[in-house]
Amino acid sequence: MSSSSFIDIQNLSVGYTSRSQKIIKVLRDVSLTINRGESVGLVGESGSGKSTLALAAMGYFKRGLRALNGSVHFNNINMLGLDHDELQKIRGGNLALIPQNSGQSLTPTMRIGRQIAEALRLHSDLSQTAFDDRIIEILSQVRLPNPAALINRYPHELSGGQQQRVAIAMALAGQPDALLLDEPTTGLDVTTQAHILELLRDLARDRNMAMLYVSHDLGAISRVCDNVVVMYAGEVVLTGSSRQTLLAPKHPYAHGLLTSIPRLKQKELPVALDGRPPMPGEAITGCAFADRCALADDQCRTTSPPLTRLESAESIRCFHHDKIDQLATSSQKVKQRKAARKDTGETTLGLEDLAITYAKSGFLTQFLSNSPPPPATVDNININIEKGETLGLVGESGSGKSTILKTIAGLISPKNGGIILNQDTKLTAKVEDRPSMNLRQIQMIFQNPDDSLNPRHTVAQILAQPLRLYFQLSGKDLHDRSVKLLEQVRLGEHYLSRLPSQLSGGEKQRVAIARAFAAEPEIVLCDEVTSALDVSVQAAVLDLLNVLKKERGTTYIFVSHDLAVVKAISDRVAVLYQGRLCEIGPSDAVYQAPFHPYTDVLLGAVLEPDPDTAPTLSADDVVELSPPAKGCPFQRRCPKKLGEICENQTPPAQTSIQASNQGHVIHCHIPLKELH
Amino acid sequence: MIVMLMRRILLGFITVCLVSIIIFSGIEMLPGDACTQYLGEYQADKELLEQCRKDLDLNRPAHERFREWAGGAMTGDLGMAVDGKTKISTIVGDRVKNSLLLAFCAMLVGIPLALILGIITGLWRDRMPDLVISTLAIFAMTIPEFVSATLLILVFSIWLGWLPGIVLTSASAPISEFFPEILLPVIVLSLVMCAHIMRMVRSSVIDVMSSDYVQMATLKGVPYWQMVFRHALPNALLPAINVVALTIAWLLGGVVVIEVVFNYPGLGRLMIDAISDRDLPVVQSIALIVASIYVCVNLAADLLTMLANPKLRTVYTRK
Ligand SMILES: Nc1ncnc2c1ncn2[C@@H]1O[C@H](COP(=O)(O)OP(=O)(O)OP(=O)(O)O)[C@@H](O)[C@H]1O
Ligand code: SF4
Ligand code: SF4
Ligand SMILES: [Mg+2]
Repeated sequence: MSSSSFIDIQNLSVGYTSRSQKIIKVLRDVSLTINRGESVGLVGESGSGKSTLALAAMGYFKRGLRALNGSVHFNNINMLGLDHDELQKIRGGNLALIPQNSGQSLTPTMRIGRQIAEALRLHSDLSQTAFDDRIIEILSQVRLPNPAALINRYPHELSGGQQQRVAIAMALAGQPDALLLDEPTTGLDVTTQAHILELLRDLARDRNMAMLYVSHDLGAISRVCDNVVVMYAGEVVLTGSSRQTLLAPKHPYAHGLLTSIPRLKQKELPVALDGRPPMPGEAITGCAFADRCALADDQCRTTSPPLTRLESAESIRCFHHDKIDQLATSSQKVKQRKAARKDTGETTLGLEDLAITYAKSGFLTQFLSNSPPPPATVDNININIEKGETLGLVGESGSGKSTILKTIAGLISPKNGGIILNQDTKLTAKVEDRPSMNLRQIQMIFQNPDDSLNPRHTVAQILAQPLRLYFQLSGKDLHDRSVKLLEQVRLGEHYLSRLPSQLSGGEKQRVAIARAFAAEPEIVLCDEVTSALDVSVQAAVLDLLNVLKKERGTTYIFVSHDLAVVKAISDRVAVLYQGRLCEIGPSDAVYQAPFHPYTDVLLGAVLEPDPDTAPTLSADDVVELSPPAKGCPFQRRCPKKLGEICENQTPPAQTSIQASNQGHVIHCHIPLKELH
Repeated sequence: MIVMLMRRILLGFITVCLVSIIIFSGIEMLPGDACTQYLGEYQADKELLEQCRKDLDLNRPAHERFREWAGGAMTGDLGMAVDGKTKISTIVGDRVKNSLLLAFCAMLVGIPLALILGIITGLWRDRMPDLVISTLAIFAMTIPEFVSATLLILVFSIWLGWLPGIVLTSASAPISEFFPEILLPVIVLSLVMCAHIMRMVRSSVIDVMSSDYVQMATLKGVPYWQMVFRHALPNALLPAINVVALTIAWLLGGVVVIEVVFNYPGLGRLMIDAISDRDLPVVQSIALIVASIYVCVNLAADLLTMLANPKLRTVYTRK
């Protein structure tokens, strides 16, 4: 048996027994091997069984799930044959997991130090003094600042990136030989993500670890993994080297995944993969991907394709992998251009000198604490948004993107400045005081449709609300209008009776979009609307927003931390840092030199699904709690900082002289021609 | 933190003040006054009415009387009952003591039992112990208290003769004399509160046990019981604090039905008696006491939650 791999999963099926006593398979005959020093990426849509497979490698199954057949070996130990105590000795020791959401995976009532100490105590026998030193050592190993102070903090007192590092530190405490990573960077800022991936690469190389890296982000995979496994509906559909797969994927699904990723260099919108994967338990005859595959023929629909090994050392589950080139050309045609904007010159929304603060000025609070109030969270924002224009807002977490949107929507009152609608109406600060007409004109779509859709209302009820409120529709009119709205977001009439829990993530977001458009708004505020979605679903939602814009000339303000997504959809982009404007201009201009130093840092950290590019990390990823009181907002992290002038004087607004870059403004002390 | 604490205490104080104003003016607004209410048909007797009004000082303007009543209440002097002879604080004092005794005993039995059963049912969810205990809890919750009380009296005192069925001790008797008479009411009360708290703890334990951090603790190799005690329970019991507080406030505020069934001389029965005697000054005082108890217990619960929950703790220290 010594010839077998370090992690060796063979023909594993995992499933559960449904209420109707049927066995539903979530993983179907999956095999996966990883050797020491090898890193394997596991890709696939949400629900394809990635996490289930990663957890199965530890002999762990979520409540209800169980292994139906197949084997799981780690280091030649049969993980499915061990009892709980024996498993606990291996878990967190030789074989460690870095979880999908480290913010929720750290116990909220325990200090960081104690949580790491616990992992250390379970898997090593150090003396007390050596013990404390070791905790500090591990924390510095994951490049956390000031570890001695950190160990006394609680998880919620750390930023997302820091929590992720703590989770990595906890995994390292057991001196693992193999690491399982479940989406370790999903939801983190680009800069943080790039730093963490570098850290993981270094660690894996130094310790010669085996790594299984689960992600739906092919950019991240291309950065850390030698090989890739693509899963679809609980099956492996492709294995191969990451280079081959990313440059020339031989499976139609992998191909579709790649084209649905928005890229910085691309001018078109990414191409969406239509349809959705079969749910576990749904009857599948033939290839599971057939409904969504452009190459599907009768054979695909009746016989299920085997996983075949090619000469190139790839394994592909597809009858027509040799015809994949046809797919590349046929999909070229459907590439959507960004909807052109009619230059009307009319301002729909003006932000004038907007300043927003969260600091409370309660009487008792001021009376009892005599520290000066912190600088405003958002300050000095002057932007005019034209009719039919899409303005993208980018910046790391804490840059005030959502704060600005909420202020426009009236959920937060600004401290200073005003919001002007259609050049003449000054909007009242509070949403309660706004006339219903203004409420209708501005609609917001949120990041997480789970939070914004009432789980007990059917889609019909959700859509009826704005239609009744703003247009007094009822009866048949209401029904017809609802159906029309659903058609617009490409959902059928039968969705009306569904509850949000019966919809997939992308469908939920479409219902949320339909609800926003029910009000026939002039301005739609989109807050990270695609961040919680898979890339393929994201492409579909972007496409939908683009179509609606074309049809109705809607104005969008589109907030995202993903620079490629913003580029794909926006006409103009504003870069924010700590609630202050760094750069604004037509999107092509912002994504080209001259760059504001901060834009430069952000763009450098973007991971493209291309094995030949590497991110450049020019600034630390520290999180600042409040903006500096004066000078440039970016002064503490700027790699190009000039000196005292940046600390004391507000940087001037420099306007680009090129005619094609009209309205491109950079706020920096460095002259434009040196900002390359 | 200190700001927060002071704000909460201030708020609590304001609440009690408001409640006292509402109670007082509510009673002022009733047709007639304490004396006409009390005397009923005898109020035709002008002399008797005058005497009564003089005893109770009803002839002065309302705001003056309120000031006096509120000022007295703060020092523990609640004024005179409507007969003009007994001090309210003596009557009420004994009753408060008795209610406290009953509540305390019920808590002593009910809360630990509720927590333990809640944890057991949560950890062994959907298995035998859970099914049995949860079903019993639903029974305990749905059967009206007077039914379960009557049943227990029937079984333990009439058939088996183990425990006295009603309380015959007088209100002013020392604590020791209430035993063993108090046992049956304590059992009924603890059953009811135990069922409520237990169900809440159970669902909280189930939530926490399926949380990401419990899964993570397991996957980092933490043995089962260490995981339960270190990672799961501290988080699962946080939301229980408020439910326990509500239950305690309910217990202290006088559990009318139980007191009547068992003839127990607590606040609840005093309230009933005072209402049927039309003794408005006593009703007014009891209402004030019950309101204060609610405010204090809830304040204590909030402070405890704040101390036990690191998230809340930092929110308030940082700001
Ligand atoms: N405890 C469970 N009981 C029954 N089905 C489950 C359970 N956990 C997950 N599933 C189902 O198993 C399938 C695979 O889930 P899994 O979490 O492995 O997906 P994933 O690929 O990791 O998705 P994501 O990208 O969203 O994390 C899904 O259809 C999911 O609904
Ligand atoms: S087998 Fe057929 S349907 Fe399946 S991926 Fe290949 S071409 Fe498409
Ligand atoms: S003003 Fe100074 S600190 Fe700010 S971005 Fe420019 S160089 Fe950097
Ligand atoms: Mg997952």
